Amino acid sequence: MLADIFYIWSESPALSLAIWLVISITLLYAGRPHAHQLLRSTGRAIHGTLRVASASIRQLEERVQARNRDVLLAAGREAMEKSIEREFNRVNNIVERDLSQYPALHRKLAETLEKIEEDYHASTDNAPLPPAWSEVMTTIGSLPSTGDPAVASILENIKEVVENSHEETLKAYQKGTNERHKILGGMRPHWRALGGTMNKVQETITGLEERARTIDRQMGEYEAMRKAEDKSVNSLTSSSLTQFFISSLVLVIAAFGGIINFHLIAMPMSEMVGGASYMGSVRTSDIAALVIIMVEISMGLFLLEALGITRLFPVIHSLDDRMRKRMAIAAFTILVIFASIEASLAYMRDLLALDREALQQSLAGAAVAEAQLRWIPSLGQLALGFILPFALAFVGIPLESFIHSARTVLGLIALWMLRVLRVTVRMVGGMANHLSKMLVSLYDLFIMVPLSIERMVRYHRETAAEKPADASEPPTRSSRRAPKKAEEPIADNLPLTTGEA
Amino acid sequence: MMSRNLQSVCRASVVRMRLVLAAVLTLLLVGCGEPTNHSRAAFVLIDISSEYAGERQKAQLLTNYLLAELNSGDSLAVGFIDNSSFSERNIIARATFDHRPSVASQQKRVFQAEVQDFMDRFRVPSYHSDVTGGVLLATDYLREVDAGKKHLFIMSDLHEDLPPGINRNIRVELDDIEVVAVNVKRQRSDNNDPEQYQQRLADWQQKVSSRGGSWQVVNDMARLESAVALR
Repeated sequence: MLADIFYIWSESPALSLAIWLVISITLLYAGRPHAHQLLRSTGRAIHGTLRVASASIRQLEERVQARNRDVLLAAGREAMEKSIEREFNRVNNIVERDLSQYPALHRKLAETLEKIEEDYHASTDNAPLPPAWSEVMTTIGSLPSTGDPAVASILENIKEVVENSHEETLKAYQKGTNERHKILGGMRPHWRALGGTMNKVQETITGLEERARTIDRQMGEYEAMRKAEDKSVNSLTSSSLTQFFISSLVLVIAAFGGIINFHLIAMPMSEMVGGASYMGSVRTSDIAALVIIMVEISMGLFLLEALGITRLFPVIHSLDDRMRKRMAIAAFTILVIFASIEASLAYMRDLLALDREALQQSLAGAAVAEAQLRWIPSLGQLALGFILPFALAFVGIPLESFIHSARTVLGLIALWMLRVLRVTVRMVGGMANHLSKMLVSLYDLFIMVPLSIERMVRYHRETAAEKPADASEPPTRSSRRAPKKAEEPIADNLPLTTGEA
Repeated sequence: MMSRNLQSVCRASVVRMRLVLAAVLTLLLVGCGEPTNHSRAAFVLIDISSEYAGERQKAQLLTNYLLAELNSGDSLAVGFIDNSSFSERNIIARATFDHRPSVASQQKRVFQAEVQDFMDRFRVPSYHSDVTGGVLLATDYLREVDAGKKHLFIMSDLHEDLPPGINRNIRVELDDIEVVAVNVKRQRSDNNDPEQYQQRLADWQQKVSSRGGSWQVVNDMARLESAVALR
């Protein structure tokens, strides 16, 4: 059909092509202003529309950025408030634990000091110093003994008496000194107790000082967050990303733990709920095993929530302490029951596996081998079945971190996607504009022959018109340029919008 | 102002109601779908005619393989092909395994013992072989257990040799049954004219396919696992 139209003018392909070319060039030349206008206006319309879209996306991007910042700062403030609260609690504990006992401590100190003082006074009650017996004895000794024997005897008696008195006095003195030493020795534990008490007080005061410094630092950070400083926003973003990756890693590990747990109880579950029933395309026993694991995780979440470790459920947090304690006990009890069930299921799995193995061996025609040390894997499975639920119960902690940090990460991803979209839209708009210009040039290139003829004709006409004027005055630069402006086609000089500019 | 607030609250509650209704309807539609039948059933037909009786050991291997593969809720039966196979006495053992794996294991042991007992007691091969009668017996059993997947394993040379007075010109319906001819032994006459063997297989294939079943030939027992998708 198309070939028939092509050969409508002549049988010769070359001639037909030439005729068609002439016709098309003529038609295109005739419709040039309209075609130019169409191409340029389309290009500009696409460009303008996409610019508006890009501006809208930018606004959205700014809103998302502001929202991310708000979320981040709010989360940071909340975390910091919690941290400061915890520090204050610690200070309170220190004050309650140590300083509340201060009156007793003070009494103890006073008593110790009193005892020491008493002992001191007791030690100062000196025994009478030995009188100057030695001098008396020396004097008596130096008296001449060559006189009256009665005098000599009296003197001898006096000497003996004095010597005896001296010895007695010396003994009394030594006894008194020993007693004072004993009193001073008894003071030693009191001094030590005093030193210990003082050290204790010093430790308490030092601990309080450290806590006060930590609180000061945290208050500074909190203040920066309240002022929404960029530094704190950047720090929070980085911390949030770190939290996200760490919690994701822990959750993946927990997921693997869950899978192991599932395989541990899925087979024996078929013994309880039947191995032939299905829900959809999944075995009911598998679903039951999954439900048990999910319930264990839920109980773990409730336990952590009731203990105040996580804050995922505001309802639980708003309960009073007694209620929360009861809830924690209930959750822990259920968890223990489920762990016991799992342990028994894990043991049953071992028995079933053993039975199945024996059957397979019998079907294969092999003699059923007596398994050695079968109790080790049995015990291992039993222990694993009991421990894994408790391990999974702690999944609430990384889950909370993950949820909190995911808000930031999702915000960042949304921001990044919006940025990419904006750049793409801008690029497409610019390309559409340039493409329309290229198409205009391509159009002119196709019809360059009639355009050249037109230019030549116009030039000849202009030169013919300018000749009489040349005789009077030479052409100025502006007068030369003026016709050139008129010569330009309409579409190329269509005014650009401010946006395009 | 109050009436406007009331209107907005009413509108919001209507939207919520619609969402809940849509969710409930979706759940109902999903829940009302026909439940898929995941159970499997297999019937093993063993030819005990004089030409094929020597292959009994392989039949036992096949039975053991099926016992290992089938689980709770699945069904298995073993029958034999002799002069007239369409009777209850031709069934050696049959069982639908309990939903508890431990009980199913016990059933499998009993099943294996029954087959073993038959093999031990077997002395005299049959003179004729009524393959179609056996297939009829098997299809009846498979239809009765109503499993999701039905397999019929025929261990025979597929040479039908009916005794006089037995009519097997009836249509055997094999809808959704996967027929697997295992270890189709070549007869002495097939050695002289291999076309006979090919023709026999082609006839059976045509017969099975035309009646809604699918046909497979597995001569190598080791290839059985890969050829037959029991799982």
